[in-house]
Amino acid sequence: MPVGAASWSFTEDDYGAILRSLQQFLYDSNARSALLVDRSGQLVATVGEPPQFDPTAFATLTAADFSANDQLARLIGETEFNSLFHQGEQESMYLVDIARRVILVILFDNRTTLGLVRLKVKHAVEELTRLFAEMFQRGRDQANPPNILAGAEDEIDRLFQ
Amino acid sequence: MSMINYASREINCKIVYYGPGLGGKTTNLEHVYGRVQPNTRGKLISLATETERTLFFDFLPVDLGTIRGFKTRFHLYTVPGQVYYNASRKLILKGVDGIVYVADSQLERMEANLEAMQNLYDNMQEYGYDLTTMPFVVQYNKRDLPNAAPVTELQGALNPGWEVREPPKQRVTPDPYHAGENLIEQITSGEWVERAPYFEAVAVTGEGVFDTLKAVSKLVLKTLA
Repeated sequence: MPVGAASWSFTEDDYGAILRSLQQFLYDSNARSALLVDRSGQLVATVGEPPQFDPTAFATLTAADFSANDQLARLIGETEFNSLFHQGEQESMYLVDIARRVILVILFDNRTTLGLVRLKVKHAVEELTRLFAEMFQRGRDQANPPNILAGAEDEIDRLFQ
Repeated sequence: MSMINYASREINCKIVYYGPGLGGKTTNLEHVYGRVQPNTRGKLISLATETERTLFFDFLPVDLGTIRGFKTRFHLYTVPGQVYYNASRKLILKGVDGIVYVADSQLERMEANLEAMQNLYDNMQEYGYDLTTMPFVVQYNKRDLPNAAPVTELQGALNPGWEVREPPKQRVTPDPYHAGENLIEQITSGEWVERAPYFEAVAVTGEGVFDTLKAVSKLVLKTLA
């Protein structure tokens, strides 16, 4: 395992709990869709209307956007910008940090308002923060996390022949 | 940090191509993009200036096959090589699983190569990542140019090896990619050293590009095995 670069994983139960929380939020806020992206740029989950764009590219750019803004925050003497808002003519995006590891991206249009999205997202953020904190804690508690590739060296060699 | 998604049965890993400006990092990605099947790759995203110099990063997701029923998905990134983009360069290293250092073989780029290598070590250290214990390969690009420095000279300057202190690791380990050479060996001073695997390449023609990618991907997956 690379030093300092901790891997993490989540189970189907975790995934189900994340989806339920986000679905409830979308219902309450009338936003179009919600995406969860981890800080290194990997897409964790998508809920709501299926995106009409390349979600992998979107996730990468989201993480870069958030990281760049984090650094901007530091330059002006803030520790972070906990949330970002990008306003478009039709579509807008609201991005919010979860447990310093994941970014929740909400896509919405004029069927709702920024105020309602911000109000309703608070509960979702609390719930997701708790879920992710449990997931990360579980990862730390396991001395030897379940290793799906254990003993797969030969298979890995064959893949690259 | 690799991410294992049990729900979609995917293993996601991040590989960063690092190195001096105009060394061929973006060209490596462009070659991969052009050669892999469209259904196994995503979009090539380039955040570049109007003169096609990388401003923030290039990004290409590729699937390299299935292991134990899990799709192995590699996210390839390049960093901007120009010295003054260090803030953006450092951001891209966050959560990295494997590094490809792309050196420019031309004699006159030696100083830029050394500076970029030092910068890589510094930036990794700031994140608390240890380059000597994680998947790391070196690519000597532009081998076709008449002013390319000899590989031994490049190895001596950029990949001289780091000390191996743990006794169990102190055993001769042959370099699988170069017959007669070793990745871990005892040097004349009696010290044990380990070097990163290296590859010669001509990224514009694609020579050595996939060898490099395969080697680093394999090392990344083996850290999970």
